[in-house]
Amino acid sequence: MSSSVAGVVSPTRQALRRVRRDRSARFGLVLVVVLIVVAAASPLLVKLSGQDAFTYHIDLLDPVRGNAPRGSFGGVSAEHWFGVEPLTGRDLFSIVVLGLRTSLVIAIVVTLVTTVIGTLLGITAAYVGGWFDAVLSRFLDFLFGFPQLVFMIALGIIVPTSVPRPLLLIGVLSFFGWAGLARLIRAQARSLVTREFVEAARSVGSSGWWVITRELLPNLLGPVLVIATLAIPGYIGAEAALSFLGVGVPPPTPSLGRSISDSIVWVYTGTDPWFMVFPGIALFTAVLGFTLLGDGVRDAFDVRLRRTH
Amino acid sequence: MPGLVWFVIRRLFSALLVMLALSLAVYLVFYAIPTDPALLACGKPCTPDRLEQARHFMQLDQSTMQQYLNFLKGIVAGRSYGEGAAVLHCDAPCFGYSFPLARPVSTLIADRFPVTASIALGAAVLWLVIGVSLGVLAALNRGRLLDRLAVGFALIGVSTPSFLFGLLAILVFGFWLNMVPVNGYVPLTESPVDWAWHLVTPWLVLAVLQASSYIRLTRAQMLEELNLDHITTARAKGAGERRVVVTHGLRGALVPIITLFGLDLGGLLGGAILTEKVFSMQGLGDLLIDSVGNLDVAVVVGVTLFAAFLVILANLVVDIVHGALDPRVSHG
Repeated sequence: MSSSVAGVVSPTRQALRRVRRDRSARFGLVLVVVLIVVAAASPLLVKLSGQDAFTYHIDLLDPVRGNAPRGSFGGVSAEHWFGVEPLTGRDLFSIVVLGLRTSLVIAIVVTLVTTVIGTLLGITAAYVGGWFDAVLSRFLDFLFGFPQLVFMIALGIIVPTSVPRPLLLIGVLSFFGWAGLARLIRAQARSLVTREFVEAARSVGSSGWWVITRELLPNLLGPVLVIATLAIPGYIGAEAALSFLGVGVPPPTPSLGRSISDSIVWVYTGTDPWFMVFPGIALFTAVLGFTLLGDGVRDAFDVRLRRTH
Repeated sequence: MPGLVWFVIRRLFSALLVMLALSLAVYLVFYAIPTDPALLACGKPCTPDRLEQARHFMQLDQSTMQQYLNFLKGIVAGRSYGEGAAVLHCDAPCFGYSFPLARPVSTLIADRFPVTASIALGAAVLWLVIGVSLGVLAALNRGRLLDRLAVGFALIGVSTPSFLFGLLAILVFGFWLNMVPVNGYVPLTESPVDWAWHLVTPWLVLAVLQASSYIRLTRAQMLEELNLDHITTARAKGAGERRVVVTHGLRGALVPIITLFGLDLGGLLGGAILTEKVFSMQGLGDLLIDSVGNLDVAVVVGVTLFAAFLVILANLVVDIVHGALDPRVSHG
C-alpha cells in the first residue's frame, strides 16, 4: 500500500512527526516526561529514600555554623540524597520532589481550567460578535494591563483562611490566566468564522452551539494545544513566585518557591547555598522543559501567535 | 498636530474612567473582608462598646458605598476620623489611613515607592537597551555564532524565574566574587553612588531576564523589516549600512517593541516586587505583604489602586508615544 498520497496523514500526526524530528523539542519532551513521572511517583520515591519531608534531624546540623547542615553539599549523604534543610534538618530530597508535585499539579489544573474557559469564550466572542465581543475584548484589555501580582497578593486579605490556599492559588491564577488564551483564540477563530464550511453549517440551520463545538473547535485544536503548552511554564513560575513571596502554598506542604525563599538568608551569608541549588534546579528544569516542548509544538503546528493590540 | 492632541485628550479621558471604575471595583472587593479590622484596633479585652467605638472611629459602621464616597472625597478634600480631642486628620490628597501603622496611606506609599521605582525604572531602561541592541545584532548576524548565542540566551532568560536568578547573582557576584553588596537599599538623596551600587545587581537581574523576549521580538522584526522594499531602495540610493539599519530598519521595528513594552508594564511592577524581596529592600511589595498579614485594608486598597494607577498612567504614555510614532494609531 502506498502512503505517498497527500492528505492521508492528518495534520495532527504530521505535527507530532515534526515534534519528534525537532531536537530541542525532543529534549523538552524528555524533560517533561521525566518531571511528570517524578512528580507522580514522588510519594513512592520519598518512601524509597527512606525519609519524609517532615521529620526534624537536629543531629545533622552544626550549631557552630548557625545550624547549617554538617558535611559538604548541604549534607548530602547516602540517607539524604539532596542533603537536609538548614535549621530543621528535614530531608531536602523529599521536599524537592513533593514540592515539584505541588508545582506541577497547580500549573496543570490551572492550564486545564483556563484552556476550557478561554477557548469557549474566545470562540464564542468571534462567532457571536456584536456587544458580547466588544464587552469581552474590553474586559480582556483591562485584565492585561492589570498589575496581577499585586492583586494576587492583596487577595490574601479577603479570602478566609478556611479556604485551602492551593485552591485559592488555582482560582487566582485561572482568573488572570484565561485572558491571554481567550484573546489569541478569538483572533484565530475570527479568521475561520467567515469561511465557507461555517457558512454552510449555518445555512442548513445548525445551532450556534453546534457550529462552535463541531465546526470551529476541531479546527482550532492545534492553536489551543500550542497556547496551552506554552502557558504551563508561566503558571509554574507564577505559583513559585507567590509561594516565594509567602502568599502561596502554606507550610508544611512542600513548595519549591517557599524553599527558595527560605534559602535567601543562607545564600546571603554563604553558609548553605545548596539549600537554594536543589529546589532551584528543579524549578528551572520544570520551566525549561515545558518551554522547549511548547516552542516545539508551536513550530510543529506552524501557528503564528502574533501579539495583537 | 490637532489629530494628536485630540487623541491625547481622548486617551486621558478614558484612562480616568478606567481608574474610577477600577477603584470602585477594588473597594467593593476588599471591603468584603471577612474579619473585622476594628477587632484588631479594639485591643483586649474587647467589650462590645469599645468595638462599636472603634468601628465608628474607623468609619467602618457606614455602608461600603458611603465609605467609597468618603474615600473619593478624601482624595479631593482630605478627611478626618473621630471628633473632639482624639480627631485624626488626613490631609488631601488622602488615600485612606492605616490604623495599625498610625500613618496616612499616602505617606506610607511615598516612603516605600522610591525603592520599587528605582528598581523598576533602572531595569526597564537596561532591558530595552540590552534587548533591542542584542536583537538588532542577532538579526544582522543571522545564523552566525552571535545570533545563536543571543537566541540561546533568550531561551535561558524565559526559563529562569527572576527570584531564582537574583539569588544566583547574589551567590556568584556578592558572595563568591565579593564584588557587589548583597542586599539593602540606599536612598538616592543620601548617596547617588551607593544608591546605584546597591541597585546594579537587581537591575541587571530583572533586565537580563526581561530582555530575552525583546531580543526575540527585535530579531524577528528586524529580519522582516530588512527584507522590505524601502530598505532596498535606501541601499540602492547609497545610504550607509548604519543609516539603513538604524533609521530605516529599526524605526519600523520600534512600534511592535513599544506595544510589547506597554503589555509588560504590569509585569515590571511585579518583577520589581519580587526583586525587592530577593535583595531585602523594603519597597511597596514588602508594605503590601505586611498589610495583608495585619488585615490593614486601607493600605492594601491603597497599594493596589496605586499600582493600577501606575500601570494605567504608563500605558497612557506608551499609547501617546505610539500615536506620535505611527500616525495610523492616532487617526484610527
